[in-house]
Amino acid sequence: MSNPSLRRYHAAVWDEPLVLEIGREGRRGMLVPEPEAEVRATAGTLDALVPHTARRQKAPGLPELTEFEVQRHYLHLSQETLGMMGISLFGTCTMKYNPRLNELLTARPWLAELHPSQDEDTLQGVLQIVHAFSEMLCELSGMSQFVFQPGGGADAAYTQACITRAYHQHRGELSQRDEVITTIQAHPCNAATSAAAGFKVVTLPLEDDGYPSVAALEAVVSERTAALMVNNPDDMGIYNPNIKRWLELVHDAGALAFYDHANFNGVMSRLRARELGFDACMFMLHKTFGAPKGGGGPAVGAYGCSEELVPFLPRPLVHRDGERYRIEHDAPLSIGRVREFWGNLPQVVKAYSYTRALGAEGIRQAADLSVLANNYMEGRLLAIRGVTKSFPELTAPRLEMTRYSLGEMTEETGVTVLDVQNRMVDFGIDAFWLSHEPWIVPEPFTPEAGELWSKEDIDYWIDVLAAVVAEAYEDPETVRTAPHNQAIHKVDGSGANDPEQWATTWRAYQRKRRAATV
Amino acid sequence: MTYRAHPYMANSAPQLQEELCTAIGVASPDELFAQIPADHITQTPIKLPPALASELELSRHLRITLARNVDCEASLSFLGGGCWQHHVPAVCDEIATRTEFLTPVWGTPSSDHGRNQAWFEFSSQLGELLELDFVGLPVYSWGCAAGHALRMAGRMTGRREVLISELMDPERLAVIRTYCEPPGMQGHIELRTVATDPATGTLDLDALASAISERTAAVYFETPGALGVIEPNPERIVALARAHGAEAVAGVDPISLGVLAPPGQYGADIAVGPTQPLGVHMNCGGGVGGFIASRDEERYARQYPTLQVSLCPTSEEGERGFSLTLFEQSSYGSRELGNDWTGNSVYLWAVVNAVYMSLLGPTGFSELGELILMRSNYAAARISEIPGVAVSWPGFFKEFVVDFNETGKTVSEINAGLRTRGIFGGGGLSDSHPQLGQSALYCVTEVHNQEDIDRLTTALTEVLA
Repeated sequence: MSNPSLRRYHAAVWDEPLVLEIGREGRRGMLVPEPEAEVRATAGTLDALVPHTARRQKAPGLPELTEFEVQRHYLHLSQETLGMMGISLFGTCTMKYNPRLNELLTARPWLAELHPSQDEDTLQGVLQIVHAFSEMLCELSGMSQFVFQPGGGADAAYTQACITRAYHQHRGELSQRDEVITTIQAHPCNAATSAAAGFKVVTLPLEDDGYPSVAALEAVVSERTAALMVNNPDDMGIYNPNIKRWLELVHDAGALAFYDHANFNGVMSRLRARELGFDACMFMLHKTFGAPKGGGGPAVGAYGCSEELVPFLPRPLVHRDGERYRIEHDAPLSIGRVREFWGNLPQVVKAYSYTRALGAEGIRQAADLSVLANNYMEGRLLAIRGVTKSFPELTAPRLEMTRYSLGEMTEETGVTVLDVQNRMVDFGIDAFWLSHEPWIVPEPFTPEAGELWSKEDIDYWIDVLAAVVAEAYEDPETVRTAPHNQAIHKVDGSGANDPEQWATTWRAYQRKRRAATV
Repeated sequence: MTYRAHPYMANSAPQLQEELCTAIGVASPDELFAQIPADHITQTPIKLPPALASELELSRHLRITLARNVDCEASLSFLGGGCWQHHVPAVCDEIATRTEFLTPVWGTPSSDHGRNQAWFEFSSQLGELLELDFVGLPVYSWGCAAGHALRMAGRMTGRREVLISELMDPERLAVIRTYCEPPGMQGHIELRTVATDPATGTLDLDALASAISERTAAVYFETPGALGVIEPNPERIVALARAHGAEAVAGVDPISLGVLAPPGQYGADIAVGPTQPLGVHMNCGGGVGGFIASRDEERYARQYPTLQVSLCPTSEEGERGFSLTLFEQSSYGSRELGNDWTGNSVYLWAVVNAVYMSLLGPTGFSELGELILMRSNYAAARISEIPGVAVSWPGFFKEFVVDFNETGKTVSEINAGLRTRGIFGGGGLSDSHPQLGQSALYCVTEVHNQEDIDRLTTALTEVLA
């Protein structure tokens, strides 16, 4: 495709071998100190310290490289990762700038070299931030207390499932309440964590308005209901206006209501979960609050709840006594732990810093700009041949993202949304989000511009999509065989679910390859 | 003050906001929230502390606040118990902060190629250390890994009882309890504790033999154990489990595997453990991560809750790529019908772990393991020379129990005394293991040289005098 308005781009190609294939015997990447003579003499020999039956017999097959070779190898791998160096409008993940200041400050020993079991006297700075940030999230949500122990959004959903269990156990109703209600448009983790905590899952389908009806909820809510777990808006950008009625129904039945606030960015400062009636909610600090995503964590699913549920929260909690902060390590009704210690604290500090940098006005502006950018995109996207919108008959503006479909294009050209994704990376545009399972519209894609990306970036993103869709009609083979300008060509994962072929380690790969050639 | 655009928000420049509004034909963004009923909108404006929009002011505030901490470089720390102070190579820190790894989420298999390869190298190198062929991408922590592994064992065997040591780490145990569901739940897995030998702290194999039965889904044992002791005969524990059709799940610290036997060597079915020791800072507990590994057999592979990458071909002859494998059995693929659940985890640390393992190499792991053994044993020898103080059990790696019962002082009194001397003493065990009375778990790694250890013994002697 030669489109003079698009910039030239090509990913770095290094043909980088696996680290296990490089290096030479005897080379060293890191030396450790030699034990001091007195230490060695006092400690005794290795044979005396570890019985033979507990000793390693064969050296591990790790590479032998210099420090520079290791550094260069992983720098090459970073260069062979597009990693948001272009434009990423990955919907549901709210791609943000991760301020470098936060990286620099959290990397210093005053946070990086803290041990979680230190005496609270020595942790006053970090306790202050944890406490202050909990209060800030309480202000944004109306909840009474936040914990940061859950290691991601799914872990916060699991925390809810465990608290649901403990709450009904405490009230003597757990044996009766064995169902969690969710919707097909709620993130899969809500259903999955409920099941993993021991509940049956009831999933409501969508109806004509883009969300399940009140009647549908009425039909399933009962004395067996333990909790409702929903997001709102969903990741099509559709808001369920009956949510207050939903919460009344759920509460009348004696169940809890959890707000998966994955899509908080567009409604920040307009909605407070507690005011709507939710008992608990979850914010993803690595999404909405500017902490980095790390390609999948370390993350934080900040879990907040009403006063009534505080006794059940996992511990530790941080409390303030005047100018001092103290740690509450345990509580009789607490669910205990969902993960060791008290969370990914560098991420908490980064999110705190991000929120301090914005302040209340900045938070509101970020929400406004997110929704504005999304609605700006809609006009241009729908002008592209083959692009349609989910629930097109709903005319009200969507919130911070909108689910689109390339189904028409696929019918007309045979090119799929995955092909388009593979072709867009040829222009330095990171993958877009498709949709969680199951797909509600064919060939879905879900961009989210958020407040980070400039109008120029957004326009460029749309230009690339338009060019790729045009190419799908004119030269579908080029799109189907994409990418052409990437670190590697199109990956053939067809054997990845075959036990004879899958290989999650080099050991397995070598063994299977040997077996296949015999 | 005049309005200023925010450095994190490109369209906060006033003319940009106007341009966007004009393009969609609204006077103000407020009009775009028509989906939300008016009575849902909060009536109380959000109040937050004043914005610190300049990097300078923000930096000053954070520096003043974080400077209130006293860290383990400023002090001399002997704290361990699930989070350990190890040396983090500078290259690990550099790679951890590469923007391409740090900021993004998912890309395509081709545009994420470098990261996928780094993940594969995490699994592959860990597989070499463990002598196991199937390794998932990491989970949140060791406790979470153990919890998932026990649930895997429960699904595989259809049994609902697990045997564990009576001397478990309290944090990890609390997580495992959560994962095993409380009594009364349909999926409840009962945790039955097995006695340890009072002379060694290791599992009492006779007690294990009498506890194990056809109801046992798994025997979960750790080596080194939560209190540092090395199981001298892991193959016998595995054999006992196997004889009863139970899965042998081993918890191991990968930093020990240059000298201690890897789970594959003694035939463990599933291995779990921490990833923080492999090049990740303690981060006040925010550095923890966990792994799950096993033999590459369908019986195990089909039970993983994690995501994992597999080496694959590409459309170009001879080129290698990576693809997710067994995605359909994850919660992303199958919602509540998937195995447990998955989500964001600690994947950035997996990249760092890969860097660490390639820096150390086979000789580095064996030298490091030996150094930790030497220095921790030296520390134990010196500490046990202090009158009234004893080291409870020999045969440990990195951590050991110091018994202060004869000193007449509590661990918290002793640690308060050490703190005034710039030392964080080992963590007290009286809450988690009351049978040990006033005992503490001391952790000695490669970062502690002889001088540090001698300083500790001098300070302890003074505090106990």
